[in-house]
Amino acid sequence: MARVKFLCDADRCIECNACVTACKNEHEVPWGINRRRVVTINDGKPGERSVSMACMHCTDAPCAAVCPVSCFYTTADGVVLHSKDLCIGCGYCFYACPFGAPQYPKVGNFGSRGKMDKCTYCAGGPEEDSTPAEYAKYGANRLAEGKLPICAEMCSTKSLLAGDGAIIAEIYKERVMKRGYGSGAWGWKTAYKETIAS
Amino acid sequence: MSSPSSFLITAFAALALVVALAATPAAAQNNNFNPTAQSVKEDQLLNALKDGERLTGRISIPDQKAASLIQPEGREWRVFHQDKLPLIGGVVLLGMLLALALFYLVRGRIRIDSGPAGVTITRFATLDRFTHWLTAGCFTILALSGLNVSFGRMLILPIFGPEAFSALAGYGKIAHNFLSFPFMIGIALMFLIWVRDNIPEKLDLEWIKQGGGLFSKGMHPAAKRFNAGQKVVFWIVFFGGLAMSVSGWFLLFPYMAQGGVSSLQIWTTLHAVLAVGFIAAMLAHAYIGSVGMEGAFDAMGSGEVDLNWAKEHHSLWVAEEQAKGHVGAGHPVAAE
Repeated sequence: MARVKFLCDADRCIECNACVTACKNEHEVPWGINRRRVVTINDGKPGERSVSMACMHCTDAPCAAVCPVSCFYTTADGVVLHSKDLCIGCGYCFYACPFGAPQYPKVGNFGSRGKMDKCTYCAGGPEEDSTPAEYAKYGANRLAEGKLPICAEMCSTKSLLAGDGAIIAEIYKERVMKRGYGSGAWGWKTAYKETIAS
Repeated sequence: MSSPSSFLITAFAALALVVALAATPAAAQNNNFNPTAQSVKEDQLLNALKDGERLTGRISIPDQKAASLIQPEGREWRVFHQDKLPLIGGVVLLGMLLALALFYLVRGRIRIDSGPAGVTITRFATLDRFTHWLTAGCFTILALSGLNVSFGRMLILPIFGPEAFSALAGYGKIAHNFLSFPFMIGIALMFLIWVRDNIPEKLDLEWIKQGGGLFSKGMHPAAKRFNAGQKVVFWIVFFGGLAMSVSGWFLLFPYMAQGGVSSLQIWTTLHAVLAVGFIAAMLAHAYIGSVGMEGAFDAMGSGEVDLNWAKEHHSLWVAEEQAKGHVGAGHPVAAE
């Protein structure tokens, strides 16, 4: 099976935030939670770039390593998922995650964060595929339907790429070669310990 | 109006303009000047980051914490939590248990040298004991639930299985969060009622020089209400409790911590390291207050200690109490 990844070609991102909106809509993500976000680096200065960022589904994921109840698992496709039935909402994954992916439904104090929520790569959770129970906890399972994550699928400039890591890396490399520049495969070094030559 | 020649000139001028306009991008390409090619590069930004810094930008959603794009120090926190903490915890806690076991094997239970007197003296009143057990009870549950969060996955999860362990850890977390408040109250009360008897003084030096009589039979350095060892325990509990409360406070109220995730990483690290030391110290305290010394538990149990025990371990305090007339005929005590 392919090892799926996300790649945001920041030289194409126009910060339209459609990926953010589509994600929230597809999974009916509650208020206050953003599984994906667009961050603009060097805003207003020459050379500014916007990067769409969510859980990168790391190789050897830090969240999975530090979780006190071991609620994370990696699918055969390399997607990092978690069980909300096991999660105790302690916040450890949030401390360890390099990308700020883990989100908590409650901003309440007394450590009452609620069950952690994060990008599932549109692959649901441990429940049976495409069931209402799965949808309620994790949102849509597009992967089970043979579709890619909605954020990348509807990206208007094809900045955000999802799919087989080797293929999207090849696409990015070709783009960089053709146009002669690239600001880098954001997060790849941190998440996959690899870079795409640019 | 216009002559054919002037029309020609105009036409040529227009043509020249079009050619010139069309040539401009070509000229730019020849100069290799492309403003969009000049951009921030992830590699450069990551390399320029100093310790504890994050790659941040501007964000248009309301959650400003999400403006942090990449925080590499999560990796260091992971290394601390996964590799260093189990090592520190293992060495300190198992080391303390081993030391206590060795001490027990060598010294055995410390007996009342002159045997029980059969009469008792009031050592701790109800308020003293209430404060002690309020704090100790909370501490025990806080310690166990805290150790469970750090080491439960390694030690208990394989035995219990994921569902049962998750439920246990979940309740443990709730208990940890809420029992922290009575614990803090206990620490504060303890400080108020016992601080005046715990100020270090010259007498303590002598006590320490003699090892508190812990290592040799029949040796009992003079002590007031609290000997030097107990004073050390008092200050460990006070400063340890204070540090645990402050570090824990920011973990209880994560949105109050300035500096977001970076400061929370520091607080959790501090909380964990202090906790391990604190628990080790309390293991020793609990040992000497129960199994390790005959008659010691009564002080916090019934509050009534055997007069001979008191004379051996707190000679000056007994003298003071007797001077005040608090020790009369004494209370007869049931045989053990």
